[in-house]
Amino acid sequence: MSGHRLLASWPGIHSKATLFMPQPSLSTNDLTIRFGGHVAVNQVTCAFHPGETTVIVGPNGAGKTTYFNLMSGQLPASSGSVHKGEVDITNMSPSARAAHGIGRAFQLTNLFPQLSVLENIRLAVQARAGAGWGLFRPAAKLTELTAKAETYLEAAQLTDKAFMPASALPHGDQRKLEVALLMAMEPDIYMFDEPTAGMSLDQAPAVLELIAKIKADPTKTVLLVEHKMDVVRALADRIIVLHNGELLADGAPDAVMASQIVRDVYLGTATEETA
Amino acid sequence: MAHVNNTYGTMAVKTGMLIIAAALLFAPFLFQDVRALEVAARICIFIVLVASYDLLIGYTGIVSFAHTMFFGFGSYGAAIALKQMGPGWDAVAIGTLAGILVSLVVATVIGLISLRVKAIFFAMITLAAASVVLVLASQLSHLTGGEDGITYRAPDLFKTANKLMVDDNGKVVRWFGVKLNGKLAAYYFVFFSSLALFLVMLRITVSPLGTVLKAIRENESRAEAIGYRVVAYRTFVFCLSAVAASVAGSIYAIWLKYTGPDTALSFAIMIDILLMVVIGGMGTMWGAVIGAVLMVMAQYYLRDLMGAASEATANIPLLPELLAPDRWLFWLGIIFILLVYFFPRGIAGTVMTKGARK
Repeated sequence: MSGHRLLASWPGIHSKATLFMPQPSLSTNDLTIRFGGHVAVNQVTCAFHPGETTVIVGPNGAGKTTYFNLMSGQLPASSGSVHKGEVDITNMSPSARAAHGIGRAFQLTNLFPQLSVLENIRLAVQARAGAGWGLFRPAAKLTELTAKAETYLEAAQLTDKAFMPASALPHGDQRKLEVALLMAMEPDIYMFDEPTAGMSLDQAPAVLELIAKIKADPTKTVLLVEHKMDVVRALADRIIVLHNGELLADGAPDAVMASQIVRDVYLGTATEETA
Repeated sequence: MAHVNNTYGTMAVKTGMLIIAAALLFAPFLFQDVRALEVAARICIFIVLVASYDLLIGYTGIVSFAHTMFFGFGSYGAAIALKQMGPGWDAVAIGTLAGILVSLVVATVIGLISLRVKAIFFAMITLAAASVVLVLASQLSHLTGGEDGITYRAPDLFKTANKLMVDDNGKVVRWFGVKLNGKLAAYYFVFFSSLALFLVMLRITVSPLGTVLKAIRENESRAEAIGYRVVAYRTFVFCLSAVAASVAGSIYAIWLKYTGPDTALSFAIMIDILLMVVIGGMGTMWGAVIGAVLMVMAQYYLRDLMGAASEATANIPLLPELLAPDRWLFWLGIIFILLVYFFPRGIAGTVMTKGARK
């Protein structure tokens, strides 16, 4: 295991899929968090690259969302480090990480419920533009920001609902807004945590199309936590498997999905869950 | 534009705002007695005070009990300067600036050390700070006059004997029966300063910053995640509201020509502010106006009204007893409960959302 880690700290060597990749845009080194005696994420070393979509899979409680929270700053690491490019961001606040280009969407819908759909997106646009400290010009008159927000509204097909409060949107539209909010931040790193959770079959494609659009940009790094295998197949360039907080497998989708280790993990917890 | 806010409810509230603004603008001419002018000036001041508190509690979701403390810094700043330096504009300027400076420093310190922790802890810190300042004000009696407070003179322009315009015989000119004297000048000083402060705050609420504040109220962690430093924004708005309260305090001190714990620092004022915010509606500047108008009017006129009602019902058993002027607080309480029941989001808040429903 230690040999594996040594190799893994060299970008591009730990898996075929990442061979000859450029410098990693985001990397974690021995990243660990403990809650009391419980180690939720255990010495995970992994690097992510521009133009690559990595799907993180693993059974419930494997530490996928916790791993996300460590990278985007919602939780402080117990040990190890997170780098954005060359910059050590381990001790930065979530807002500072956002300023460094890390965008994070959330598994449970996490919006500004009483603000309008347009205001939700404009907040992200204006954070990106650094206009949050503007005191005297009315926000509605900052036309460039509003225009920009409107393009994201359109991309998410929410234009006709621009003035509804976010809380009044149906669940599927809230998920779309969640993605649009992330796009409006214009990050380098997109982190999606089960973007289609709770969506009906006919709504999910709209969100997946948005992600596919982001994925088409070779300068963007996409990280995705996902359970649905059809989504994984459609989007993944690379899959990593977390189990009990440890990095268990890492590689091209076909290879990882075919591997015995992944089957054991999923079947093992499947029986636990039904029991 | 298909905006949700442009509804009958909003129209009603805005019409009310125009009426209140007009009534306050022409108050000296409309209500020609000393007490009415006193009420109008107090309403102006409290609109600023409540609006600045609403920036905290209604827009950003910060609960503070130190708002009267900042009001007091401004009041005592102006009062002490006017007492020590004599009635001049230099004293007004220095006193007001000193109040602002003290408010800024105290707000920054409280904000930075405690705005990153839980809301309840922050509220307790502000309560403690306000208590300390109240005790200090009554103990440092050589400076503050202790419990008795300080009386002093305002700049000469505001002296009642000062004639703004004189006719050929050297007598003060009257417009519509109102003497153009220093009292009138003082009232318009209060009115226009308050108006300016209110308009600045109104502007801030619709600015990008205002949206960020609402975002922090709605979802603090997401605001942080999309790139806003929540602690910095919270500290900033805490300072901003502290400065507004402080300036309001200075203006009030100049108007009253008296500053003491009861007019500038007591917790009774803090409770009044809280009631006004709740009655008017949190998270809307219009709510501050409605709350301040209703509450101040009730405090001054409910007793008179009840006295009249008590006399009018003299022949009916029991009612005159219930309506006796001494029981005005009881009725104020009942009115408050009814308002909260029928206007759960405050008068302005409820009326505007009623109209927005499709």
